[in-house]
Amino acid sequence: MTRKISMKQAINEALDLEMTRDPTVVVMGEDIVGGTGSPGEDDAWGGVLGVTKGLYAKHGDRLMDTPLSESAYIGAAIGAATCGLRPVAELMFIDFMGVCFDQIFNQAAKFRYMFGGKAETPVVIRAMVGAGFRAAAQHSQMLTPVFTHIPGVKVVCPSNAYDAKGLLIQSIRDNDPVIFCEHKNLYGLECDVPAESYAIPFGEANVLRDGNDVTIVSYGLTVHRAMEAAEALAKEKVEAEVIDLRTLSPLDWDTIIDSVERTGRLVVVDEAHPRCSIASDVAAFVGQNAFGALKAGVQMVTAPHVPVPFSPVLEDLYIPNAQSIAEAARRTLAPTGTSPRSIAA
Amino acid sequence: MQNERIKPIVMPKWGLSMSEGKITGWLKHPGSTVNVGDDLLEVETDKITNVVEAGDSGTLRRVLAEPGNVYPVKALIAVLADPDVPDAEVDAFVAGYAVPKGDDEEEAEAAPRYLFADTPAGTLRYAKRGEGGPTVLLVHGFGGDLDNWLFTIDALAEGATVYALDLPGHGQSTKTVADPTLAGLSAALRGFMDTVGIGPAHLVGHSMGGAVSMQTALDAPDRVASLSLISSAGLGREINHAYIQGFIAATGRRDLKPVLENLFADTGLVSRQMTEDLLKYKRLDGVDGALRALSAALFEGGSQASVLHEPVSAAGKPTLVVWGEQDRIIPAAHATALGPNARAEVIPNAGHMVQMEAAGKVNALLKEHIGR
Repeated sequence: MTRKISMKQAINEALDLEMTRDPTVVVMGEDIVGGTGSPGEDDAWGGVLGVTKGLYAKHGDRLMDTPLSESAYIGAAIGAATCGLRPVAELMFIDFMGVCFDQIFNQAAKFRYMFGGKAETPVVIRAMVGAGFRAAAQHSQMLTPVFTHIPGVKVVCPSNAYDAKGLLIQSIRDNDPVIFCEHKNLYGLECDVPAESYAIPFGEANVLRDGNDVTIVSYGLTVHRAMEAAEALAKEKVEAEVIDLRTLSPLDWDTIIDSVERTGRLVVVDEAHPRCSIASDVAAFVGQNAFGALKAGVQMVTAPHVPVPFSPVLEDLYIPNAQSIAEAARRTLAPTGTSPRSIAA
Repeated sequence: MQNERIKPIVMPKWGLSMSEGKITGWLKHPGSTVNVGDDLLEVETDKITNVVEAGDSGTLRRVLAEPGNVYPVKALIAVLADPDVPDAEVDAFVAGYAVPKGDDEEEAEAAPRYLFADTPAGTLRYAKRGEGGPTVLLVHGFGGDLDNWLFTIDALAEGATVYALDLPGHGQSTKTVADPTLAGLSAALRGFMDTVGIGPAHLVGHSMGGAVSMQTALDAPDRVASLSLISSAGLGREINHAYIQGFIAATGRRDLKPVLENLFADTGLVSRQMTEDLLKYKRLDGVDGALRALSAALFEGGSQASVLHEPVSAAGKPTLVVWGEQDRIIPAAHATALGPNARAEVIPNAGHMVQMEAAGKVNALLKEHIGR
């Protein structure tokens, strides 16, 4: 049965279904229960934004509140994964990853390679990403490119509730470490989601809109801005194809190349900073592999190369919006040589 | 409207989920003479593109909907009238036209689009349209669901009570298929009829659903008023096994789309949304196992396990067989397997999904067969 639920509910449901299906799935993190052992545990918070609410009442000690030490509990989750459990660790804000980076990129990401393929590390690390939450520079970053850079780690960033559920279930069943990035401003967004379990395979981008004039590639929150831009462009008789990458590592290159070979024009939208980003990665790949198809320079629409501002006015300007995406698409359609230089870092 | 010489043409509603449609092109132009059944225009929905046929005759006096634009279901898109109706009257009709609010919308508000029944075979999803008249039950094929009847269900419901279900392992029904043989599926179908309270019904089966319908006519003849077999399994050994295997194996849009193109004569009908809807189904836990079990029981080794035309001929139920001439899943040559015991119609320029690709013709045949 299918009904409308929010992305927050979809993530909760994915955890619930996998914990029910597989007794080796455990969930750990800071305040994910929020009051273990206290009289009020049934109505405990369930994480800083309530994503894991209700799971403790159902699955008990398979959810663990951890000390405020990311290096300790992310390390514990990774160690448990190598010993037969399938831990899902919640790191609250991705901005805090710095303190446990050795555990992730020197340990979890390397085990399969350094032990000759004999070690598997089926751990999922969930974390909130993205700006627009008035949470300032240390709680608002889109650090997806940092993890995408590291071989041995898979990186997922859903744009809607349906994808979030299917991709989280796939992440839990996957035998490699997965960084699961949840945009905090998408938690409330609802769409049709089946009540049953389902897994969306990694490396399968979603084409949200067909068009033959320009390809717009994005992921996470800015997928929705890209769709708004496409609607605005349609009024000018420009049909944009909109691609939601869903997973950044692995990345569905084929869908992008197929589309660009048809449209000849590419706009890549990324909420991350411009340098060494998903945007620059996709732009470079297309430049190298589909140069002959391009009718205009690839346009990148990203956040500027500065920390996320705390001023609400500046923060709103900081995130790529429909207008800046549509303008980038128009630049690809302008006669060659007339495009204004895009604002670089 | 008071003037019966002026007839509105409105955006049709195909299937249970359609709320709007995009005009892709007009096949008749202002001033053209239109007869009932003429192709008027093409409409694209998020599921499929199809031709709208004229339900009335007259002269096409006004075309109000422009190609490329999207209009809600029931919106006035054109006007038919006799040539001698003055222009001023036609314009007044257009100006005064109000989209009927009517029972349909209240009904839609009150009743869910889809229903669920707890049957002995598990929870099955179904839809019910229309009241009174004969009872019709639509049974989809392998990998299909009740939305395969999106152009059929409302057309038949004009004069019948029509049910369509998702068989076990399909659509939004249980993914557990306890017995993947025709006998097992037929038992599940009868269990559904018992649970919902459906008496003897005209069974309309597509592909594997046709074989299930035939099996039901053999196992429980008192439950079956007539058979309508569309591109049906069970009338010969041949089947496109590469299609079955490809459908099961595909995990992504790029694998699945070329497989689905086998289903239609016009491969352009396989839209991104159709592919995506099927992927959403195939991703559900249990679907892969259900499809593999059905394939092993029904099509093992690349040929159909059950051929039922002899016992079905002997059973003597009124039977209609409809096929798309360009069927690439089950050959149209099977249409005549029942010989003189059935009416066989092979429709040109249509493939396996003939009830979608030539909906007007198939609906007319079904209405005639069920109505008699």
